[in-house]
Amino acid sequence: MSQTPVLELENLSVAYDTPKGPVRAVNHVNMKIYPEEIVGLVGESGSGKSTLAYAIMRLLKGSAFVQEGTIKVLGQDMYKMSPTELRAFRWAKISMVFQSAMSALNPVMTVEQQIIDTLTSHRKGITPPQARARAEELLDLVRIDRKYLKNYPHQLSGGMRQRVVIAIAIALEPAFVIMDEPTTALDVVVQRSILDQIQEIQRHIKFSVLFISHDFSLVAELAQRVAIMYAGRFVEVTPSQRLQEAGHHHPYTEGLLRAIPRLTADEVTIEGIPGNPPDLVTLPSGCAFHPRCPVATEECKIALPPIYDTPNGLIECHRFAGEKVVQHV
Amino acid sequence: MRYFLKRLGFLIFSIWAAMTLNFILPRMMPGNPALILFGRFQGKLPPQALKSMELEFGFSHAPMIIQYFQYLGNMVTGNWGISYTYFPLHVTSLIAQYLPWTIGAVGIATVFSAVIGTFLGIWIAWRRNGIMDRVLPIVTMFMQSIPYNWSSFVLLYIFGFSLSWLPMYHSYSANTTIGFNGPFISSVISHGILPVVTIFISGVSGWIIGMRSNMINTLGEDYVTFAEAKGVSPRRLIFSYAARNAMLPQITSIAIVLGSVVGGSILMEQVFSYQGIGFLLNNATSSEDYPLVQGIFLIIAIVTLVLNFVIDMLYSRLDPRVRTGGAN
Repeated sequence: MSQTPVLELENLSVAYDTPKGPVRAVNHVNMKIYPEEIVGLVGESGSGKSTLAYAIMRLLKGSAFVQEGTIKVLGQDMYKMSPTELRAFRWAKISMVFQSAMSALNPVMTVEQQIIDTLTSHRKGITPPQARARAEELLDLVRIDRKYLKNYPHQLSGGMRQRVVIAIAIALEPAFVIMDEPTTALDVVVQRSILDQIQEIQRHIKFSVLFISHDFSLVAELAQRVAIMYAGRFVEVTPSQRLQEAGHHHPYTEGLLRAIPRLTADEVTIEGIPGNPPDLVTLPSGCAFHPRCPVATEECKIALPPIYDTPNGLIECHRFAGEKVVQHV
Repeated sequence: MRYFLKRLGFLIFSIWAAMTLNFILPRMMPGNPALILFGRFQGKLPPQALKSMELEFGFSHAPMIIQYFQYLGNMVTGNWGISYTYFPLHVTSLIAQYLPWTIGAVGIATVFSAVIGTFLGIWIAWRRNGIMDRVLPIVTMFMQSIPYNWSSFVLLYIFGFSLSWLPMYHSYSANTTIGFNGPFISSVISHGILPVVTIFISGVSGWIIGMRSNMINTLGEDYVTFAEAKGVSPRRLIFSYAARNAMLPQITSIAIVLGSVVGGSILMEQVFSYQGIGFLLNNATSSEDYPLVQGIFLIIAIVTLVLNFVIDMLYSRLDPRVRTGGAN
């Protein structure tokens, strides 16, 4: 792939300022996402997925800050832009579907007004009838009846609200969309129809996606590549079709794979990963996963493993010692 | 529309309830207004006079139920009785004479402190941790914590007595003719400045601090971050997305506070000898002028209820969730 990546993360670390000093939620992350590619990002709650998403959007709030590294979207560093440049660039080139559709819409404004606000903020010359026409078009695209334009968010169901959020996210036809658990709060049926829709729209508008979820099976189905995040690090980045190769992944990835219920089996067994995600303040030495790892050795407790380029993807685990070591993902 | 009718029905019911209470309470007290007035003349009046006064005050010995409907009819037609202390003036004309002063001074001060306080709250929440955010809440809180009478005396002493910039009492100067003329208006304004300022500084802090904390909560909401991300201009972000939502609890407070405006600020009107409804109420109470006290209470009740109704309607305009009753 020789094209310019839509997203380029280099050695990115994001930390939260706490009384005990900065705590890293995202730890030296490298990633390139190319045009039209869908990349999944999987991890447990608190692994830093959303923090990474907000950092890419330059929307970090409160005490969170980018500690190290660079973020480039379409080759441009968003952190070097002035507030005006940022306001024009963000959403036109890179947008985001928020996790909580319930709260991402302003309760006192109609759906139409919230879509139109997006358009008029970026296209100064747009006339009200043009903006309304585009809002209708967007609702068609996410398959919501146009009559809901005049409604307020509380009059819509959760699934419809999430569709509206998606409509707002693609309103300016960005090159790259971050989807932060877009279906987590929805039931399975609605989840399915929204996912189908995302795929359909993606084929239509051809943007790249970073799809964040803790649902492994969902991500594996949607994405071409999957990044697995543990305690702020990408412990594995792998093509999704290689995920079925058991025994050749990071032990954490395998744990996650085993945790997917197999409904086709005679007896449904779900295996979890023993233990809890580590406290980011007191991260375990060496590989952060070693206290929960079934195959951990003495070495894992001492040294942070390098990234190995294995046939099943890039994996940060001592198990693959002997494979080629790479610096970047 | 259904919401409107529902609220309107509730309004009429509450006013009726207030009137009924106002009817029952004095009739549980011994004696009648005419007897009290008769007593004042210490036997210098013939008994026939008592009878005529009873008629004048609208007091009858008819059965309660008939009295009640007569009373309701009187209330609706504006015949609220005659004051003893300002005999033979009607209660309604007294209220009509004093109420505008209160609404003018206390009302303006209250609206000013609510509006200015809310805007300051929006501003300092937006510029959080700026100089103003550090200074304003503390300074205004300090001013609010000063007892009202003390701060008004200090202001009176400085601007009224020492500097003689502003008049010290009454709501207008006696040597102007009441009406729409320059001297009268400027006299009203110069008389009003000190009362308005004292009420303003004693109330503005609550609005600033309330709005600031609402605003900070709202600024943390996802929809504000989402709007920021989608590129909405800062001005629209502050007002249409953040403040628009943060303001809703303030509207409720305004309803409560505006209701109390009609009751007047008894303390302010006493300190400045300002001829408002609080001043009138204080006089009426100390001279046991029951019809007047009743009339004032009734007007307070009615105005409070009507204001609540208006605010309810306004609120449902501002928050669409109220109209349909469903929200999540």
